[in-house]
Amino acid sequence: MIPIVLNAPPDGRGLNAPGPLSMAEFLQRIAERGDVEAFRKLFQAYAPRVKAYMMRQGADANTAEELAQETLLTVWRKAGLYSGEKGSATTWIFTIARNLRIDRLRRELTWVELPDGHNEEASSDALPDEILAEQERKLRVQAALATLPPDQLEVVSLSYIEGLSHSEIADRLGLPLGTVKSRMRLAYHKVRESVEDLK
Amino acid sequence: MKITHHPSDASLMSCSAGSMPEAFAAVMASHIAMCPCCRGTLSTMEHIGTALFDQLPPTPVSRPAPVAALRAMDADVPSQGPAQEAGVLGDVPDPLVKVLGTSLDDVPWKRVGPGVWSHNITLSDPSRGDLRLIKIAPGQVVPDHGHHGNEMTLVLRGAYSDASGVYRAGDVADLDEHIEHQPIADPVEGCICLIAVEGRLKFKSRVARLVQPFTGF
Ligand SMILES: [Zn+2]
Repeated sequence: MIPIVLNAPPDGRGLNAPGPLSMAEFLQRIAERGDVEAFRKLFQAYAPRVKAYMMRQGADANTAEELAQETLLTVWRKAGLYSGEKGSATTWIFTIARNLRIDRLRRELTWVELPDGHNEEASSDALPDEILAEQERKLRVQAALATLPPDQLEVVSLSYIEGLSHSEIADRLGLPLGTVKSRMRLAYHKVRESVEDLK
Repeated sequence: MKITHHPSDASLMSCSAGSMPEAFAAVMASHIAMCPCCRGTLSTMEHIGTALFDQLPPTPVSRPAPVAALRAMDADVPSQGPAQEAGVLGDVPDPLVKVLGTSLDDVPWKRVGPGVWSHNITLSDPSRGDLRLIKIAPGQVVPDHGHHGNEMTLVLRGAYSDASGVYRAGDVADLDEHIEHQPIADPVEGCICLIAVEGRLKFKSRVARLVQPFTGF
């Protein structure tokens, strides 16, 4: 079972279609002047993917739709905490969705909070160089994931997209826990190598 | 604080995916609050989640953007003033303050054996794991015990040592199953640790096995 197709052509269907800068800009407009149109744009871009994510995490369509709405409302509420330096808008929104999922679908405390400039200086506008590096990093991570052996990609997807713990993955695939962990580690090392020179 | 033992890459990935059982997420969040090194690793790992999320086939939504709800909402404002130094007030890491308060001296310890005290932290779903503080008297030896599942220990105060090295405040022992170890608390300071043990079906026997060396039953 390969849950995700990673070799789709870069045809502009991804969230970065209008450029990652625009998504970050929409966020900034929301933060600065409560721009409702910018919110609509972000909603159109992200809500369907958040809904898909929630369904993969085990939510039914209706719950997933509600969680997508709530994720984007949280984005509106927290837009002032977003800083371009913290990474792409997608990373930030994904983190919000991830934490909401822990809270609502698993009904557990969210121990690992949203990155909000903790211990780092907040800066509202990233330098053009940083935006380019961010874009480059994203492409390289995608490329590295696309070249992973299927068994490694599978455990990584089960962890990130289906939300399974290592033990749950081991149960699902009938593998020893150690094998799951070593596949995760190998996958990470490949990704890390691919972005090592960017920093 | 010089941290020399970190969680495994596999554990950090599970943390970045938001997929750890709650007890482990609590230990992990506490370590991260103390460890700039692991915060850096996590920020690289976050790109993996983002890339996978980005490539999920979208599911059409049936309802429009909730613009009416926006008016009613207050925006969160970034906290003013200098950013607070990450993580630790006294010896309780930020993420634990909500369940422990700010001092380890105020914990209502329960004695579970000679030189060993325990304090259980209630989880949202106790069947998924066990999270507790353990206090060990200076020089106290904890009898050899093997593991039959994941176990993660974070030192909060003092130190302990076993065959794999010395663990001081901030250090994490991220143990696989079947590892035997015999920790000895620091002869002067003793040791206070936060320990997560995985739950699932064998929850009871696992916790018994963990607590058994202390209680002797
Ligand atoms: Zn660390």
